[in-house]
Amino acid sequence: MFTNFPFFPEQASQQAANVDALYFFLLAVSAFFSALIAILIVFFAVRFRRRSDTEVGEAIHGSLALELMWTFIPLGITMVMFVWGAVTFFHMTRPPQNAMEIYVVGKQWMWKLEHMDGAREINELHLPVGRPVKLIMGSEDVIHSFFIPSFRAKADVIPGRFNTLWFTPSKAGRYHIFCTQYCGTKHSNMIGWATVMEPAEYQAWVAGNVTGGTMAENGAKLFSDLSCNTCHLDSGQAQGRGPSLRNLYGRQVLLQRLETTVADDAYLRESILNPQAKIVSGFQPLMPTYQGLVTEEQLLQLIAYVKSLSDAPPPASAVKK
Amino acid sequence: METTAPTAPTLNYLNNGYGLKSWLLTKDHKRIALLYLWSITAFFFLGGFFALMIRIELLTPASDFVQPDTYNKLFTMHGVVMVFFFLIPSIPAVLGNFLVPIMVGAKDLAFPRINLLSWYIYVLGGLFTIVAAVTGGVDTGWTFYAPYSTSASNSHVILAGVGIFITGFSSILTGLNFIVTVHRMRAPGLTWFRLPLFVWAMYATSLIMILGTPVIAITVLLVAVERGLHLGIFDPALGGDPILFQHLFWFYSHPAVYIMILPAMGVVSELVQTFSRKNIFGYSFVAFSSLAIAVIGFLVWGHHLFVSGQSTYAGLMFSLISFFVAIPSAVKVFNWTATLYKGSISWDSPMLYAFGFIGLFTIGGLTGLFLATLGMDIHLHDTYFIIAHFHYVMVGGAIMGYLGGLHYWWPKITGRMYPEGWAKFAALNIFVGFNLTFFPQFIVGYLGMPRRYAMYAPEFQIYNVLSTAGATILGAGYLIPMIYFTWSLKGAAIAGDNPWGARGLEWEIPSPPPTENFPASPIVTENTHQYAPSREVGIV
Amino acid sequence: MSDAPPRYHPPPVAIHPEGHAPTPHHPWLQHHFDSMEQQAEASTLGMWVFLVTEIMFFGGLFMAYLVYRHQSPMGFQEASHHLNIYWGAANTAILIVSSLTMALAVRAAQTSQPAKVQVRWLLATIFFGLCFLGIKAIEYTDKFRDHIVPGAHFQWEGLYPKPAEQFYSLYFAMTGLHALHMIIGIGIMAVIAFLASRKTFDSDYYTPVEVAGLYWHFVDIVWIYLFPLLYLIGRHYTPGGH
Repeated sequence: MFTNFPFFPEQASQQAANVDALYFFLLAVSAFFSALIAILIVFFAVRFRRRSDTEVGEAIHGSLALELMWTFIPLGITMVMFVWGAVTFFHMTRPPQNAMEIYVVGKQWMWKLEHMDGAREINELHLPVGRPVKLIMGSEDVIHSFFIPSFRAKADVIPGRFNTLWFTPSKAGRYHIFCTQYCGTKHSNMIGWATVMEPAEYQAWVAGNVTGGTMAENGAKLFSDLSCNTCHLDSGQAQGRGPSLRNLYGRQVLLQRLETTVADDAYLRESILNPQAKIVSGFQPLMPTYQGLVTEEQLLQLIAYVKSLSDAPPPASAVKK
Repeated sequence: METTAPTAPTLNYLNNGYGLKSWLLTKDHKRIALLYLWSITAFFFLGGFFALMIRIELLTPASDFVQPDTYNKLFTMHGVVMVFFFLIPSIPAVLGNFLVPIMVGAKDLAFPRINLLSWYIYVLGGLFTIVAAVTGGVDTGWTFYAPYSTSASNSHVILAGVGIFITGFSSILTGLNFIVTVHRMRAPGLTWFRLPLFVWAMYATSLIMILGTPVIAITVLLVAVERGLHLGIFDPALGGDPILFQHLFWFYSHPAVYIMILPAMGVVSELVQTFSRKNIFGYSFVAFSSLAIAVIGFLVWGHHLFVSGQSTYAGLMFSLISFFVAIPSAVKVFNWTATLYKGSISWDSPMLYAFGFIGLFTIGGLTGLFLATLGMDIHLHDTYFIIAHFHYVMVGGAIMGYLGGLHYWWPKITGRMYPEGWAKFAALNIFVGFNLTFFPQFIVGYLGMPRRYAMYAPEFQIYNVLSTAGATILGAGYLIPMIYFTWSLKGAAIAGDNPWGARGLEWEIPSPPPTENFPASPIVTENTHQYAPSREVGIV
Repeated sequence: MSDAPPRYHPPPVAIHPEGHAPTPHHPWLQHHFDSMEQQAEASTLGMWVFLVTEIMFFGGLFMAYLVYRHQSPMGFQEASHHLNIYWGAANTAILIVSSLTMALAVRAAQTSQPAKVQVRWLLATIFFGLCFLGIKAIEYTDKFRDHIVPGAHFQWEGLYPKPAEQFYSLYFAMTGLHALHMIIGIGIMAVIAFLASRKTFDSDYYTPVEVAGLYWHFVDIVWIYLFPLLYLIGRHYTPGGH
């Protein structure tokens, strides 16, 4: 709009327009009620200004009708806000099945981003226009938050777990990435750029930037370097000391004492770092912990490897958002 | 109204005993209120100084006025001092302590010595925090999220945490005192529905103080324990859960914001009645709204965790209830406005503060709805929009309410009238300065400027410059009442018992009041704020 | 409404000050109260409100315990096994008896029994409180000896070391906070016992005893929650053949 006084960031993702529409609605309601109260106050203050020292106000105590009206009308309006906001939120937090996954690791004070095909970036995120992207994010130290204002997208990045964020870039350009959860000295320096390119350009960029194998390939290498394969044998051979990981991702797992869970990213991460937490039915608690022996990035590579061991995509219901 | 020049009573609580000991060992709730007044004013200016430093730094995008480390400590200390040492005690400990016993017709609060103890606890906690500030500061943000606060920060977290822990007990004891006083020490005939709305507001605030404050106490204790002994409570590297910290923290800190606003709403109810010479419109609705805000306010804390990855269903519940908590506040705003209709409106300075409150609180509260809206909060969370929102309600709301109350009851507390012309000028100054400071922050927040940034993207600068300009005007505006209030103690006209022509038990006793407030227990036969000769229209 | 504009009248006499000659009053009546009855009601209500804040205070720790126990049920069970259930049960019995002696002390004051009877019950309460603390000291010493105090020297031989350290962090935090309240309670009892020995309390004035009793019962009830939560979980289940 006004170049010297910008009011809104660019709308560079498909959801940005939805969020802005919601914003305009909220703005309109707020402006209306603020103006109403302000005007009424000024009008009453002038119209009923005290004219003599001994003047007193009229004896009015209340009105049930008015009270009900100004309780239920705001309630109705806020319920509209609630529903609209909830619907928008559902959409913003449920990535589509075919979203391109990119792993993000936040650490004081930089962003490390890794594409599945092996392209790695620091504080930069290259993306193609029009393709849904799902970020799977972890932190190496404290809580950060990954924010791209032009996409209207944000999620906290929390150590000890994965959070996901998805969007579909809709416009080529360069957009701010900010860390938006205070994380220490250089919090305001933990920034970067998201560069959205036309698909052909993006392919060219990928081709020129892939170094050192895909995430799954790196994960496979780690899997054997760390001797995971001595216990987790591939199926088709005799059952090893640990459960087979083929076709595991996204499916239900039967644990001890008849509990079940879904083998999602969080489960895989926990099983590597804290193997005693959930023990698969029929197996002994023998697995040692790898806490301190693998970095967040290596964890993501191992998880990518396990995902690659699935022949078919997991059932939709089993996939956590 | 007085027809002869008013004279001050010869013996009152101010001159009933001189010397430091008579003040530092007092049991008189009115003197304790003044002890609090001096201390919280000192903390206000300390917090304000930190704010000034922040705003100077933010004039330019680069971190060129102070180093980022220093900036981080500045915004942390600004928040800690303003929240825990100014806003939370302000109206309850100053105006509440002074007025609640008088408004219920009692000689003092239920536990006068506990009242004095609460002041000493407050000062002790404040000393710990000041020591933390001068020996290097804290840089975790006033929200001291784990694991940064427990494992990564290199600042005086434990020292500041101990200060907050200690001061929390001051809040708890004040709330306890008010609750027992309102239940057990009302004068004969003073039923609940004859109480002034200020007392209802203080009662609701006290409920929050006693239920919520212990939780922040244990939370800050656990942070100190984890930091000192490296136990795994919140740090995932040690086996803890950082989200547990956020839940425990916000379980108190959200109700805490209602501790900060409910008393100001109580003040506004009083101001609106006195300066329209009219009964409040919808007395019981306003009274019950205070209670509703206190209760529902305990159920919404998760709206601070919308982007933390908590379950969608938890998000839905917290969003829904957050909308519910807005409704009683809206009801109050409409009732205050309706009270003005056909009133006899005086434009005296306390009323200007009341007008400012109603307008600015409305804006601040409405922007809260943006944040309760799930799909909207994702974009706005942790940006300057949030900062603008809470400053509208805390400064445009709570502080204006406090100043309005201070002006209104100043003649009762001191027996002197402050200069009205200067008061009007200061009120206008504060209103203009405030809006110029914080309105641009809504815009720059939507643009995406994150909070707690020492350096920022250049396109945000114009709004930051406007904001700093406003802050300068606002800061000057706050200094003016300091000056004329101090001057008024000796130089201003004597006020007389009831300079405003107001109703209420406090206006039926001398200014300043005698130590025992009432010569004998008053017997109340009607609503203490009855302006109309009788009830003629409408339903309460 | 009449046609003339409303006029301001001076405030109607909303208060009717009532003069009264100073009446002789109980030596322990504080001057801001109108009667001993009002003072007693205010004091009792004050203690109840304070106890509510204590519930919220302990509540934060209980919440942390709930969350972590849900997260690591097996680990918590394994860790809990190391606690000595006999000491825990003994402490529970001791506290319940101390609540009985406390209630009897309040009753003695309330029914104007001789000072030495009141003092006897109060001293019995203190005695049981000290027994409780003594057993706690034995338990804590055992933990130090077995290296299961969380921190640098924590060693755990079982299957779940991390949850065990968490369990014991919460154990020490919760029982430690409780023990601190016991120590304060014993101090309060000592003061009350001293006042009782000076013939302060009778049926006209026994509020401090009652209010101290409320506090003591509360501390007892917290333990009644702590004992099953910390000592008794999963007693029927032994993980991993331990």
